[in-house]
Amino acid sequence: MAEIKINDSINSDVLVVGGGIAGMTAAIEIAETGRRAVLLEQKASLGGQVATFHQYFPKLCPPACGMEINLKRIRVNPLITVLTLSQVKKISGSPGAYEAEIVLNPRFVNEKCTACGDCEKACEIERNNDFNYGLDKTKAVYLPHLMAYPLRYVIDPKFAADERMKKCLAACKYGAIELDMKPRNIRVKADAVVWAAGWKPYDAAKLDQLGFGKYPNVITNVIMERFASLSGPTAGKITRPSDAKEIKKIGFVQCAGSRDDKHLAYCSTVCCTASMKQAAYIRERYPQAEIHIFYIDARSPGRLEDFYAKLQKDSKVFFHRGKVGKITENPQNKNPIVAAENTLTGERRALELDMAVLATGMVPNTLDEPPPLNTALDDFGFIAPGASQGIIGAGTAVRPMDVSASVQNATAAAAVRPMDVSASVQNATAAAMKALALVSRPRQPADNAGVSLLKSDKTPEAVAV
Amino acid sequence: METKIGSYICQGCDIANSLDIDKLAKIAVEEGKAAFCKSHQALCSREGGDLIRSDIEKEKINRAAIAACSQRVFPELFDFGKDVLTDRIAIREQAAWTHEPKNEDGQMLAEDYIRMSLAKLQNSEPAVPYAAQTSKDILVIGAGIAGLTAAQAAAKAGYKVALVEKQDRLGGWAAKFRKVFPKHPPYRDPEDSGLNDLVKAVETNPNITIYKSSAAAKISGQPGKFEVTLDKAGQNVKLDIGSIILACGWKPYEADKLGHLGFGLSPDVITNAAMEEMALKGDIKRPSDGKPPESVVFIQCAGSRDENHLPYCSAVCCRVSLKQALYVRGRNPQAKVYIIYKDIRSPAQYERFYAQVQEDEGIFLTKGEIARVAKESDGRIKVEVKETLLGHDISLKADLVVLAAGMVAATKVEPEKTDSSEAKTPVEESKGPDAALDGKKAASCAEPGARILNLSYRQGTDLPTLKYGFPDSHFICFPYETRRTAIYAAGGVRAPMDLASAATDGQGAALKAIQAVEAIARGAAVHPRSGDLSWPEFFMQRCTSCKRCTEECPFGALDEDAKGTPLPNPLRCRRCATCMGSCPERIVSFKNYNVNMISKMIKSMHIPDEFEEKPRILAFVCENDALASIDMAGFKRLKYNAMVRIIPLRCLGSLNTVWISDALASGVDGVLLIGCKKDEDYQCHFVRGSELASYRLGNVKEKLKQLSLEDERIGMHELAITDFHKIPGIFDDFLKVIVKVGPNPYKGM
Repeated sequence: MAEIKINDSINSDVLVVGGGIAGMTAAIEIAETGRRAVLLEQKASLGGQVATFHQYFPKLCPPACGMEINLKRIRVNPLITVLTLSQVKKISGSPGAYEAEIVLNPRFVNEKCTACGDCEKACEIERNNDFNYGLDKTKAVYLPHLMAYPLRYVIDPKFAADERMKKCLAACKYGAIELDMKPRNIRVKADAVVWAAGWKPYDAAKLDQLGFGKYPNVITNVIMERFASLSGPTAGKITRPSDAKEIKKIGFVQCAGSRDDKHLAYCSTVCCTASMKQAAYIRERYPQAEIHIFYIDARSPGRLEDFYAKLQKDSKVFFHRGKVGKITENPQNKNPIVAAENTLTGERRALELDMAVLATGMVPNTLDEPPPLNTALDDFGFIAPGASQGIIGAGTAVRPMDVSASVQNATAAAAVRPMDVSASVQNATAAAMKALALVSRPRQPADNAGVSLLKSDKTPEAVAV
Repeated sequence: METKIGSYICQGCDIANSLDIDKLAKIAVEEGKAAFCKSHQALCSREGGDLIRSDIEKEKINRAAIAACSQRVFPELFDFGKDVLTDRIAIREQAAWTHEPKNEDGQMLAEDYIRMSLAKLQNSEPAVPYAAQTSKDILVIGAGIAGLTAAQAAAKAGYKVALVEKQDRLGGWAAKFRKVFPKHPPYRDPEDSGLNDLVKAVETNPNITIYKSSAAAKISGQPGKFEVTLDKAGQNVKLDIGSIILACGWKPYEADKLGHLGFGLSPDVITNAAMEEMALKGDIKRPSDGKPPESVVFIQCAGSRDENHLPYCSAVCCRVSLKQALYVRGRNPQAKVYIIYKDIRSPAQYERFYAQVQEDEGIFLTKGEIARVAKESDGRIKVEVKETLLGHDISLKADLVVLAAGMVAATKVEPEKTDSSEAKTPVEESKGPDAALDGKKAASCAEPGARILNLSYRQGTDLPTLKYGFPDSHFICFPYETRRTAIYAAGGVRAPMDLASAATDGQGAALKAIQAVEAIARGAAVHPRSGDLSWPEFFMQRCTSCKRCTEECPFGALDEDAKGTPLPNPLRCRRCATCMGSCPERIVSFKNYNVNMISKMIKSMHIPDEFEEKPRILAFVCENDALASIDMAGFKRLKYNAMVRIIPLRCLGSLNTVWISDALASGVDGVLLIGCKKDEDYQCHFVRGSELASYRLGNVKEKLKQLSLEDERIGMHELAITDFHKIPGIFDDFLKVIVKVGPNPYKGM
């Protein structure tokens, strides 16, 4: 296998930007037709947002299950090159002939890493764990998570130059730690570019009436996923941040930002069913817990309606139709008090809870970081449809969507709207198809293992500088 | 070619600190008959790989037993080409990291793993792809928006497409819509569908052959070699096809069933489909007297979200009514429109469209339950609504009532209509209740009689469906997957969806169809074992025609002759090896995965006699989920007892119960199965693997009783991939059970 060197140029058929569920799907689906794909991810590991999720609706199954299959598809496919810690600096060209300038940021750990963990044991420095929204710590050298791909440690760049990191250097038996690793620039040539840069949660601190950041027991839906996860900050215990008490009465505030002209004027599509999912797994684990869901319209399209119907039958789950106007706090016990008008009964009520979860919406990453090539975005930052002559959007770069829609789209390409996993997959597959149509080269001949590209597990850091 | 095995043991990652490597090496050579055994400080390093590559070249080894990290880690580093079979022995995750170092039991565990790996390599061969001359042409059934988009996408990528439409025109529902939902910024006004341009593009694409007024009369064969007979207006057309996209669309929920919402009461109670048709023609009139309506009431969820009708949400009807409300207002600015809904569902940017409609003062929207729909003496329709957002009940007088009826998959067959008067084919007959194997759901969840694909498959004529007639199999993570290889569903037949989503779906399905023909042409599997080159071979002389394999294959890969003997179709195969697990005669084998191979692995284990008080437990685990969980337990350095030996299986459905007999006959004290969740919310990637294993286990327990063995000796667990914290408990609790029931009396016999 050849190596990627500085200023090297990788010839690919399709460049996929974003290593979440949509980007992974797009790259895999393209590669499985026999074309080459470069999959580029900004973080140290693939997986994107879904890697942080505890379970998917409506099956309450772990995202890692589908992720494992997708990672296996990547591991065995020599046509996929994964570049992590990478960013696109510039793209030029047009469909059929793009060239991207890419910077590979230093991991400070090279391909010799076996993930044995000796460096972590030796490391004295701790950092806030962004994977758990800063609610716990990791060492400065850390494995992003248990399903990380590549399965390789990474050093927080803030500490690479810290003297104390020398202990990690000494602890590594394999010469894998390179504290002086530098960013490298490479070029990727591709016939098509799929943009699947994904989403981030809406900044709940902007919802000043709802007390996030002010009251410790007001959290957001994405944080809830980490609380519920075994690898989360509470090792799977759903407790109140203020006093670590297990919750008995919890409220969900829907449309926290979404469907609101002052914040996100669109519907984020997944938050209703996401809250229903969280309600369901809380009820499963804490049979005494009481759940209150405040909503405008309950949106559970298609067969997700079954999930909603089942939850409605649960005697401890209460749906309140009405938007939450304000959250205050009982200063004695730090209980959040949720004030809402029930639009059905006209009754105004304030409900005191152990914890309130804000169902915050999806903001496309393309809003702040648009693709570095003329690409039409809508008012909200999603890649507008019809831009398929240029960069092809996939997953939530296109609209808010769930995993399934995201897969659908990436198999079609989704930086297009908020969507769930299924929509992301749908969308990503479609994006892959649009990209494929731009690929002029015929598919690789059979059994072309040993294409002159390195695979991610042993990729660019491997390179002799 | 003679088998020559090189054995390699890694010293890295605490392996050398925990285990006696010299002793392991001795076992590899003396007992396992490896040509040699080498150890290296890091086999995953470049030098480690070079060591093995050089032995392949110079020592001419054609098997490599690599005792290091899990098969899930760095697989590409240990891929030495198709002629060298490798086996990975996870002595890092399953021995060094999970057991006390320099401990007798941990050492014995690693020694057994070395023996088992060598036995595996002695009894398997590299896979040889199934070679066949295949077609890469794609058949698209249905020329609605999904089918047209799929055809156009595949053709643009250079593939030949046969596009089949039962009607004499292209376009499906899209041709009947006046406008579609706004999909371009600012997402406010309904748009043209763009259908005409798409139809023109499809009609002029030289790669696409269009068959109008046509249907699939029969599809036989297998992916890459489908023999398709079309019925084109009474004439047969034969096609050789590689893969199929089913885009046969949807039908509106039957309005006749909506009497409770006033359908049939008056000609002025119509469905949303009728409203659209009227709007397309350009005029909106009351059917009873032809006058333009002054007040129109839309009733949402007409059938949908109703457990007596369609329990699911049809996803589009809210937006359809919003759109149609604008038609009414556009024709007659004086008209009043009322929309009565349960919840308005306008996802994503369609919220802007909803906002636009809300701004229209002539459109009144409220949540409400329909109490009564009645005809007044003046001919108008009275709609009584309760539980409204106004806080009181309301009563509306309408010139026109529009029922927002939902979407039903074209593959959905109403129970009473199944097996109508038409003559049953042999295929259908074999699908009677008797075919449902031993009380399990079997193929009975297929929709017999949908008769759209007319597959000549033993398990039925159409795509099996899970719920409500939708033919998917893993709707969250892998929405395009179905249970028939190389046949993908797209558009309204797969799930209720709007035109934009159907177009997306058509694109995606085209990609899957291309992928399938490309994989099949080189003899490789498609999802989820993408790229796997192995395939099942049947030793027919010993077949007893028991039909278990033909019934249990989750993908309907096996047909049957008149006697019930299986007729394999390797190109339909997904390589889960459920057939291998089902066969009591053990006649199904893959070159690199077979009954004998695992039997030999079991028999290679060293079984201490009962006085040593070292019970032995064999765990068969699913390599897709449970194995990952076991690896994660290793990464977390969770400790569990060293009596357990793990054998990963492609799927628990491939578990052949002879292995349990082999284990007990060799003196193993207990057998554990760990697989994925089964039943409605199944997580099995092959749909039914854990369900089948659990069923087979029931039979094994019966046999145990006959042999006077305690049935506690066999255990089964469902484990989610993230449940690594449960691994020590599962193993340790099972050990307690085994210690309690005592040593296997067959030990040492």
